[in-house]
Amino acid sequence: MTKSKADEEDYWNSSKFKAFTFDDEDDELIRLKESRQAVNSIQRLVEEDDDEDDVEKVSWSGEPVGSISWSVKETAASNQRTDREPAFPKIPTDTPSLSKSQSGYSLSSLFKGETGGRNFQSFTDTLSDSSIRLYAPELRKPKSEYKDYVSDWSPEETIQRLQQGKTAPLEKFRSLQDKLLLLDFAVSAHDGNVITAVLIYLKRTLSKEVLFRELESRQTALRHFIHYLTETKDQRLLLELLSLLVIHSYLFTVDFYFFTAKDSAHVQDHYTLLERQIIIEATDRQAERGGKVEIFQKFPRRASILNMPLITTLYYCCFYHYSEPEGTYSSPLNIRQAFKISEKQYFVTALAARAKLKAWLDVDALFTSRNWLGFTRKKSPLSFQRVVDVLQKNSAPTQVLQDYVGLVEDPDMRISLAQKHKCHDIVINTYRDMKDRQQLLGYRGKVGRGSAEERKIDELLNNQQIRWKN
Amino acid sequence: MAAHLSYGRVNLNILREAARKELREFLDKCAGSKAIVWDEYLTGPFGLIAQYSLLKEHEVEKMFTLKSGRLPSADVKNIIFFVRPRLELMDIIAENVFSEDKHHSSRDFHILFVPRRSMLCEQRLKEQGVLGSFINIDEYILDLIPYDGDLLSMEYESAFRECYLENDQTSLYHTAKGLMTLQALYGTIPQIYGKGDCARHVANMMLRMKREFAGTQNQILPVFDTLLLLDRNVDLLTPLATQLTYEGLIDEIYGINNGYVKLPPEKFAQKKQGEASKDLPTEPKKLQLNSAEELYAEIRDKNFNAVGAALSKKAKIISAAFEERHNAKTVGEIKQFVSQLPHMQAARTPCFPTLLKNEIQSLSNNSRQYPVSPVSASEAFFDNLTVEQEFMTGVDTDKVNTYIEDCIAQKDPLIKILRLVCMQSVCNNGLKQKVLDYYKREILQTYGYEHILTLNNLEKGGLLKPQTSSRNNYPTIRKTLKLWMEDANEQNPNDISYVYSGYAPLSIRLTQVLARPGWRSIEEVLKMLPGPHFEERQQLPSGLHKKRQQGENRTTLVFFLGGVTYAEIAALRFLSQMEDSGMEYIIATTKLVNGTTWIKSLMDRPESQTP
Repeated sequence: MTKSKADEEDYWNSSKFKAFTFDDEDDELIRLKESRQAVNSIQRLVEEDDDEDDVEKVSWSGEPVGSISWSVKETAASNQRTDREPAFPKIPTDTPSLSKSQSGYSLSSLFKGETGGRNFQSFTDTLSDSSIRLYAPELRKPKSEYKDYVSDWSPEETIQRLQQGKTAPLEKFRSLQDKLLLLDFAVSAHDGNVITAVLIYLKRTLSKEVLFRELESRQTALRHFIHYLTETKDQRLLLELLSLLVIHSYLFTVDFYFFTAKDSAHVQDHYTLLERQIIIEATDRQAERGGKVEIFQKFPRRASILNMPLITTLYYCCFYHYSEPEGTYSSPLNIRQAFKISEKQYFVTALAARAKLKAWLDVDALFTSRNWLGFTRKKSPLSFQRVVDVLQKNSAPTQVLQDYVGLVEDPDMRISLAQKHKCHDIVINTYRDMKDRQQLLGYRGKVGRGSAEERKIDELLNNQQIRWKN
Repeated sequence: MAAHLSYGRVNLNILREAARKELREFLDKCAGSKAIVWDEYLTGPFGLIAQYSLLKEHEVEKMFTLKSGRLPSADVKNIIFFVRPRLELMDIIAENVFSEDKHHSSRDFHILFVPRRSMLCEQRLKEQGVLGSFINIDEYILDLIPYDGDLLSMEYESAFRECYLENDQTSLYHTAKGLMTLQALYGTIPQIYGKGDCARHVANMMLRMKREFAGTQNQILPVFDTLLLLDRNVDLLTPLATQLTYEGLIDEIYGINNGYVKLPPEKFAQKKQGEASKDLPTEPKKLQLNSAEELYAEIRDKNFNAVGAALSKKAKIISAAFEERHNAKTVGEIKQFVSQLPHMQAARTPCFPTLLKNEIQSLSNNSRQYPVSPVSASEAFFDNLTVEQEFMTGVDTDKVNTYIEDCIAQKDPLIKILRLVCMQSVCNNGLKQKVLDYYKREILQTYGYEHILTLNNLEKGGLLKPQTSSRNNYPTIRKTLKLWMEDANEQNPNDISYVYSGYAPLSIRLTQVLARPGWRSIEEVLKMLPGPHFEERQQLPSGLHKKRQQGENRTTLVFFLGGVTYAEIAALRFLSQMEDSGMEYIIATTKLVNGTTWIKSLMDRPESQTP
């Protein structure tokens, strides 16, 4: 606060700079809006004389240790408007003040300038006599009002003040070097709000070529700026910035939307999938409406396939398009090929889809492999325990289940599954193989009296050739 | 009401009171009757500071939830919006204000931003043409919220994401500010240790802030001897593991938020037999979990395998004490009995610890060797646990894991898959490129290609990465820090590894070693972990040097930057209680997390996740 009055007058007279604002000041509409607000504020003055002190925005500042406090609000605390102090609070020098850091951000003042007024302080109206301010909030104040105001804070001090929620004019930093210093100090303060404040000022006062150029070498600030543009939906500038970054291939150093070659293959797959889904969806919807394709009549589609994950799409195709020739887009085998779906994934998906349709022959065929002698045997990339699980979830009947329960390798697991699904034969045979007479005896009580199972157990128990272990 | 905050080594109620004072002062600034319009998210954190009664005392007559459209009618002078600084909320506020003007013109509007004002938001309000309608725009800085007698949280969910993915260190600035507040109330902390980049930043900012106040000496006798700042990314493994303490499991199963758990109504249904079912509650019930409930405080940090035994023991003691009333002969005896009554009654009422007893018991009774029913929930739980423990002990971490493969094929929740895959990656110091590619493809094909953004985030955060060097240093870290204890004693623990039934959380081992014998003994390991480790000292005025009594414990504040789990907290409490540790721990964090909430905070579009 040491600049002489003359200096200040000089500054305000000579400066072509208009106070920093978001609005375009030449905009007629805005002016209209402002004058309306001016009128409103007069009205308020008349109506709410008593609450007038509330009209002022509060700048927070410090308080002695002992309360956390953002409790001293210097401007608001003064009930008399006549002894209102400037918006920036005095730093209490006599108290050990932690609270400097506990403050609000009077940042709104940054972008208010002339258009400020309203109910909030701006640089201009803070200093004015309040009655003048309220009656004519949009007027430029007499230069003398500024005498104590604009101080020559360094960039570092300015950033500190902003962090502490105090007002600090940014517009005095006019050279590029100063502005960049300001930005660098803001970044090193790690306070996103202050960084954004400075960026908004820079965006306002620098040509975008210069701004972009400087941001390229300042990654943290660049990220904040991209975030700011995204949040404010400034698509045009964002696009310009991003395309510039792409051209300079900074995307790779910046790591923003960074895709490796592998990832771009995934993106390509995503695209291909969508393309297929659109074709399949259109064809199937037509088929469904046509009413001639049986499967769509029997199992109407519950939802569109668009935007579903690949495996869901595969399931859909295993359900509706299972036996199509491999050449079509909707053929499961074609999809498997095109997207390099792993054997296990393909298998479990096809299994679930065919089981859902109770197409047990298809299920069976999935497992059948012929060796070179022509014998068939059941083979599965999935443990048979999992196979049983999938089948059972799709409510497969016992006759089907038992074929697969019998293939579970671990005897204990086999028995526990067989008992659960009432596959008596398997339980009995397994106990026989384990030569467990006791268990077999016990199981006799669980099968129906006079049933075929009971007879089989009795036969076994009477069989002299088995060497029981117990 | 908040007595549990003052029982601990450090009276955290002072902090709470200070925060309440702020709130009262703001409310009084808006003279006259008022209605608060809440950003729903904030009611949780505020609940830790104040009840409605406090608001009522300051003429808050109505409370609404912020939603678009017109504000509900209320005959009040002031409408105050309590909101987070979010652009979408500003649009709703603008809508509220606009539709209001036509009907009432006399109500005053105010905004209280929590925890801070934001330029962007005010600018948005201005664009919407309503900024001028507000009489007060303030912020309520809720940096560190007292959560329990030994626990502070900033409830800042996105801190880890912001620091490691977005390169935005604003949360660290708030951390530093919160720590300055804490020092203002509890004295300058003479020693600062730290590990990790964020820790370094916070310490630097604290020292700088202290310099800025140069000339003003804090005259409070220091309560904390040491501050330890730990980056979450120094220990990425711990949050990924399933917590096995009682409280940790409640968090894993039901989720604890702002100190509350929401339990499904069925849990309360079977209380009284013979009662008609019409009385069944239909809404989930919210219960507060903290040390104010004595029984809960006693069992919260136990391993889940020890909870059943502890509860039945407790039940026996209580009924024995209750029976004593028959033996009470003299007036004195009866008096003493009566004085214990409320306490006993509280313990006798079926309260939440017993609610989860069944779950916990079915989990612990179920033999681990052999699953009885193939698809029961507890089997899935133990299968998952088995795989986690394999990874943590370094078994087959370099291959594609069949269990993970099966889970993907079954379309288990994506977050579960991500937790496991990340864990495997962390325990293998990165996955072989082939393995990583395989997992990625399976995940994208099954859950949708849009999750590529999430996978990228996890890579950026270091949770999921390709192996860069051929050397896997995890085994060295595990052995040096004794991260795996083969025979962890869950019933009567003698080591922190009980909290994960064998795995000792890395972060807590670092804390433990720092206290004794000191980090110098593990320099090699510290170098393997990311970020610098450092020590700083803050000068105390000569009068404030503590004269320590023989045998008096030292107090360390451990600050977890990026989140801490309940199991880690349990481990620190265990260390505090160890007779020969000589150290008491107070815990602070940006947010209480578990693997699920943490991964979720790193996802893009988590809502699109297949259930």
